[in-house]
Amino acid sequence: MTAVPALSVEGLSVEFRTRSGTVRALDNVSFAVGKGETIALVGESGSGKSVTAYAVMGILDRAGKVTAGRAMLGGLDLLAATPRQLAEVRGRELAMIFQNPRTALNPIRPVGRQIADVLVRHGNVPRREAPERAIEMLRAVGITDPARRAKAYPFEMSGGMCQRVMIAIALAAKPSLLIADEPTTGLDVTTQAVIMDLVAELAEKLGMATIFITHDLALAGQRSSRIVVMHAGHVVENAPTRELFAHPRHPYTAELIAATPDAAASLDELASVPGALPDLRRADLPPCRYSERCPRKIDACAQPLPQATGSGHIIACWNPLPLRVIDRPTESAA
Amino acid sequence: MTDIAATPRPDGGLAALVRHARYVIGENPVTGFAFALFVLIVLAAVLGPHIVPYDPLASDTAQALKPPNAHHWFGTDQLGRDVFSRVIVATRLDFFIAVASVALVFVVGGFAGVAAGFFGDWTDRIVGRVADTIMAFPLFVLAMGIVAALGNTVQNIVLATAIVNFPLYARIARAEANIRREAGFVEAARLSGNSDWRILAFQILPNVFPILVVQMSLTMGYAILNAAGLSFIGLGVRPPTPEWGIMVAEGATFMVSGEWWNAFFPGMALMVAVFCFNLLGDGLRDMVDPRRRT
Amino acid sequence: MLTMIAKRMAMAIPSLIGVVVVTFFLTRALPGDPAAYFAGPAATPAAIEQVRVKLGLDRPLVEQFGRYVIDLAHGNLGDSLTTGQPVLTELRTRLPASAELTLLGLLVSILIAVPLGIVAATRPNSLIDHACRVVSTAGVSLPVFFTGLILVYVFYYLLGWAPAPLGRLDVFYDTPPQVTGFYLIDSLLARQPEVFVASLKQLILPALTLGIFSLAPIARMTRAAMLAVLSSDFVRAARASGLSPFTVIVSYAFRNAMLPVITTLGMVFSFLLGANVLVEKVFAWPGIGSYAVEALLASDFAPVQGFVLTMAVMYVALNLLIDVLYGLIDPRVRLEA
Repeated sequence: MTAVPALSVEGLSVEFRTRSGTVRALDNVSFAVGKGETIALVGESGSGKSVTAYAVMGILDRAGKVTAGRAMLGGLDLLAATPRQLAEVRGRELAMIFQNPRTALNPIRPVGRQIADVLVRHGNVPRREAPERAIEMLRAVGITDPARRAKAYPFEMSGGMCQRVMIAIALAAKPSLLIADEPTTGLDVTTQAVIMDLVAELAEKLGMATIFITHDLALAGQRSSRIVVMHAGHVVENAPTRELFAHPRHPYTAELIAATPDAAASLDELASVPGALPDLRRADLPPCRYSERCPRKIDACAQPLPQATGSGHIIACWNPLPLRVIDRPTESAA
Repeated sequence: MTDIAATPRPDGGLAALVRHARYVIGENPVTGFAFALFVLIVLAAVLGPHIVPYDPLASDTAQALKPPNAHHWFGTDQLGRDVFSRVIVATRLDFFIAVASVALVFVVGGFAGVAAGFFGDWTDRIVGRVADTIMAFPLFVLAMGIVAALGNTVQNIVLATAIVNFPLYARIARAEANIRREAGFVEAARLSGNSDWRILAFQILPNVFPILVVQMSLTMGYAILNAAGLSFIGLGVRPPTPEWGIMVAEGATFMVSGEWWNAFFPGMALMVAVFCFNLLGDGLRDMVDPRRRT
Repeated sequence: MLTMIAKRMAMAIPSLIGVVVVTFFLTRALPGDPAAYFAGPAATPAAIEQVRVKLGLDRPLVEQFGRYVIDLAHGNLGDSLTTGQPVLTELRTRLPASAELTLLGLLVSILIAVPLGIVAATRPNSLIDHACRVVSTAGVSLPVFFTGLILVYVFYYLLGWAPAPLGRLDVFYDTPPQVTGFYLIDSLLARQPEVFVASLKQLILPALTLGIFSLAPIARMTRAAMLAVLSSDFVRAARASGLSPFTVIVSYAFRNAMLPVITTLGMVFSFLLGANVLVEKVFAWPGIGSYAVEALLASDFAPVQGFVLTMAVMYVALNLLIDVLYGLIDPRVRLEA
């Protein structure tokens, strides 16, 4: 498939200036999302998934800086775009929903108006019609009694409803790519499923590509066609979902799968990923940031990682797991 | 085992405090500058009357209203008194008013606040009511009212300033006492038989002190402005006592007709002193709690 | 909405009671003989006795308080010794002068401080940010009467741009027909543009003085509030939605940042009411501040009492207004069940 991807991130590196040093949050992150495709960015807390999203959207913290890389959306490099170009694209072609729906909404503005704001700005909707269209959007995301709810404030709504509102805002201008940053954390399980269904349904209707960011590998497995595994600011593995679960090649991926409740047969088998994330402020970070906690570490691991190429199954490892079906974590000595 | 208090006791010792102070001053030269200025002001207050070239009360009408020159660095006022000497000597009075007000409000407000936070209940309610009543007035107006009712003396100015600042200190102290009420070292003191009052006075109040110290520095600046303002409208210190506010008041009429030095120098002294205390307060805030840096 | 207002008004009542009680005691706490104070320095012992009986100062304290409250309810604040007029009448006549000045000063302050704070927050560590910080620290240290004098010296004496600090209107002009008591408004209503300009000229320096005085806390709070809001989740989400920078900064960020700024306004007003007195003295402004000061110097006590009471009541009313304003902007406060 040589179709132009909806978004192509190439060699993205991001640093943060902090009081205690420079944090090399992202290093040479690359992946692509095809048009209409749903992929997942997976990793533990601190792996850099959200930072990637923020960098692509151009909403990094003031202390953050993109030090290298491109993010091609259509023909535009988002990371090199002017503020004006970004303002055109954000909301219209590229949208994002956030982890905590309540805090991501303006607390003193009725939700209907927040949707209308985006409609007027990007949706070519005349100001007069915007309130009506906003109500329609609320209905489309499954909010009952939308006319009344449009006048409500975020604090008057449940977490699930706020998330729906956020989806309505994000999808108002019918973007071609949606980034969903942990959209179900903080919601109860039933609501989680409902929200995920909603996003999938709308994505299909709009032909929209989606990037799910989650720490929940099982969820990623259910909802996406391709999974990008991240660890400490690196992409360690990138494969179609079924392939990843059937043949995880990177040791970290294998550990993640083993730590997923679904995969374990019983509670006894539930393993945690050993070790901890390296301190990203260190000047002496090894080229493979997993090597210090990796049970398969070899001498070659001190070398810079092989360049990730191709669109099939990408592995950033000198000593990947052999290609066989496994359903237990690796047993090599630590 | 015993629960260590969430807020640690300041038992690092004087050495640690000095080291920390040196670090903050080094980090922020502005604080160092404020410190140096503060020392200068204290020196002027203490040594003032002994080092000035002229007697601040000595009038010499032949020399009246002379602009700044070699003999009179700040010029002379309408009675021929040397403005420079008066400004320096006035430091003592204004500084005294500031220190006295702050000390008074710290003791009374601080104590009332910790009592309210510690005992809760009626004590809390009464202190709260008193504070609310005071805060219902515009503060300078209340100070005016108090001094007008009780009379134009330095003591009353100090009292009025302390009263007006009472709510703020009580509130801060109360919040801190609330936190520390359940603290480990308080429990220990209680268990070893200390009465509540002793605990308040010797355990809690000293711990509240660092937080209040920041406010005290700022209040010193306010106290001076307050005293000067009261003196400006005739409610403060009486002439011929040298005090910055009065000097500005007396010089005001002349400012309009061009003899600016009369009011300018005492006004500048006011500004410098208050500026110094404010900077010091900011620096102290950084020292005490770097999280609250603005 | 109405319930919120009613609730706030109910909460203001204890404050008002406290104010009345304190002003009562202030006048009875006079060292020496209160009657002598009210009778004035020139009174004979017989006159003092008359005053004592007239004011009921010989009656038990509780009864005195009762009379005091009843008098207040009837608007009787006593009479001024120096002018013989009822204090209430004089206060009423002079209040617009102070109000016009204070409001204009506050307006000047807001017009400068708020944009300054917003820009300082959107461009941290820039020149404007440092300027904002310097202004804030310096502004808090300047004695307001000193600022006034410097302004007079520079703009009147040195540059001759401003008129002499001699009150609201140059003697050359007649005061405009009284509608609101605000010369600026009344002169426009009466179609007297020359009077408008003349009163504006007189207003500039004192309003500027008050403005400079209240710049610091407003600028500082605006900057701090904006900084906090600009790093909040919903502003980030708004940016991610591609809303225009203007919408993000003004409709989203600033509206939220306004909330703490409005609460600061209450504190600023407290300072302004006090500073008013000082500024009125510098500029010979015929407001209630100078009324009180003149009365003080003449040992005329009833006006001072009336002044303190009026200021306190105004302050309570103002805080109430600010609370209501806050509720208008923040629905969370308005709609709490």
